[in-house]
Amino acid sequence: MRLWRWMVCLIPSLLSAGEWSGYAELQGRYFPQDAAYENQSDHLISLAFQPEYYQRWDNGNQSLLVVPFFRWDSEDEERTHGDIRELIWTYAGNRWEAQAGVGKVFWGVTEALHLVDTINQTDLVENPDGEQKLGQPLIKLSLERDWGIVDFYTLIGFRERSFPAEEGRLRSHPPVDQDHAEYESDREERHLDFALRWSHYIGDWDIGLAHFNGTSRDPLLIPRISNRGEISLIPFYEQMRQTSLDLQATKGDWLWKLEAIHRSIDSGSYNAATGGFEYTLVGIADTDMDLGLLGEYLYDDRGDDATTPFQNDIFIGFRLTANDVDGSELLAGVIKDMDEDSWMFNLEASRRIGSDWKTSAQIRLWSDIAEQDPLYSLRRDDYAELTLTRFF
Amino acid sequence: MKLSLILATLLLTPAVTLAMTAEERGLEIAKEVDTRDTGFHDFKASMTMLLKNRHGEESLRDMRNQTLEVENDGDKTLVVFDEPRDVKGTALLSFSHKVGDDDQWLYLPALKRVKRIASRNKSGPFMGSEFAYEDISSQEVEKYTYKFIEESEHEGTASLLLERYPVDPNSGYTRQQMWVDKERYIPIKIDYYDRKNVLLKTLVFRGYQQYLDQYWRADEMYMENHQTGKSTLLTWKQYDFRSGLTDADFNKNSLKRAR
Repeated sequence: MRLWRWMVCLIPSLLSAGEWSGYAELQGRYFPQDAAYENQSDHLISLAFQPEYYQRWDNGNQSLLVVPFFRWDSEDEERTHGDIRELIWTYAGNRWEAQAGVGKVFWGVTEALHLVDTINQTDLVENPDGEQKLGQPLIKLSLERDWGIVDFYTLIGFRERSFPAEEGRLRSHPPVDQDHAEYESDREERHLDFALRWSHYIGDWDIGLAHFNGTSRDPLLIPRISNRGEISLIPFYEQMRQTSLDLQATKGDWLWKLEAIHRSIDSGSYNAATGGFEYTLVGIADTDMDLGLLGEYLYDDRGDDATTPFQNDIFIGFRLTANDVDGSELLAGVIKDMDEDSWMFNLEASRRIGSDWKTSAQIRLWSDIAEQDPLYSLRRDDYAELTLTRFF
Repeated sequence: MKLSLILATLLLTPAVTLAMTAEERGLEIAKEVDTRDTGFHDFKASMTMLLKNRHGEESLRDMRNQTLEVENDGDKTLVVFDEPRDVKGTALLSFSHKVGDDDQWLYLPALKRVKRIASRNKSGPFMGSEFAYEDISSQEVEKYTYKFIEESEHEGTASLLLERYPVDPNSGYTRQQMWVDKERYIPIKIDYYDRKNVLLKTLVFRGYQQYLDQYWRADEMYMENHQTGKSTLLTWKQYDFRSGLTDADFNKNSLKRAR
């Protein structure tokens, strides 16, 4: 936390010239089922604000991007939170690039799960889909060669995953005690992590190979009884070495995708992979609309011992893109566990209103979740969400 | 009878076209258009699209374009969106090819994700406008076959009318009628016929200006859809030719930096 304060103090002197943009949003969630645990509410209202400052100088070779984020939540004190999503200086040389500060990095190609994406910690209170990330302090050097782009990352300091509070919905049972996270490394959250990635494209193929050595972003959750006799889950962050591959073949209207990881941790090593396709039907029924059909298989060789719910699962979904003036989109999908009866359903829709506003809706349902499934505690947390966003 | 008809044709036809079929003449014109626009190396420009529906409701798109000429292949293009605000910072990198599908990557700034996208869809609306991707992408000679129709006067300009037929089976058109300025060899109007061979759209190029004493660029491209009553006015501003762009400005890193 001290690091953030120091960085926030640094900003004002730099903000003399440049451009401001960003968004503010109003969000409501409704949970139709009775809560599984005490003090959980059946609705929430939330406000979020994400301004963005960008300045470029030195003939555009250097730039600074500052993106703070704040959210207030009516029910969950942990979801009322702030973060420096980005505070990053970039120097673009001739066929190389350097970055330093707090950054955000995405690796990968698949839709249902992002196995390969390891640099940033998940901001889980934002959305249970895990797509929202916390800013990661880093130094990056990138070399752009004819045979691909090579990125060297030094990750300075670790961000703990955010978890919903005890009174929040979409939480684990028992709740996570976020004040007592433990680490395998003696350096704890000050451990220096390193990552290396090569990415390139050859014709229709896009390929990425990466290696990561450092603190795992995925904590083990270990039950513990506190002095007051309450059971909670303590996040335990292991050291890991991970080698990953992401691959996409773009063949006409077909996209073929694969993400695979090999992860070595103290307790052993394992492999996991997600692969599948996206096929786009262009201009369906004589309209401008495109319909994308998605199918992916999610595998983890730890099977029932996997810390993820996706160890032998199938994802089937579709993406409807209206190609209209309002940019209307609909994405719907089901992930079905092949070993159990459990399945989860997800729908995301959005459209623009005028040039500055956007509405989006989300529905998430969990059904027949087996008791040993990590998602069991969410079994009564089906929800519908409506968000109104104003961009500036 | 037959002989006299041939003789009459020979006497009445201008010497240039004498030994040519309509197809050869059409190709010759297309090549001349291309040759005269070759060698600009690169340019930067900003683009504004004003979308109008049949009720007169308007909507605005703002973007910036960087183009690099590639020898013996299609151009490399980077387009960054500024407006509408929800897609601000979204950027599209395209390597167009003379033959086959283009390579396209889309950068989504909220997720920091670069997505390789299927580029076979050339006929869909670009950003909800009346322009299809194939209308504004690099116009390579090899993308069509041609047929010369006639010399004609188009709004006071002596012009050459030709038809061109997309080679790509995924094109949204059966044919296009293109009026080319006879003096400057630049397109002044294009009629697009849909897959059912019905007139779909008309594109009019307005306000041509010359850059580097050679390259003509229209300030405005007005596309009207006859079937829906919608229109899009594409305005080009701040052309900067030979701005020093290189290959390095068209990779995944520069796509993420573009903003």
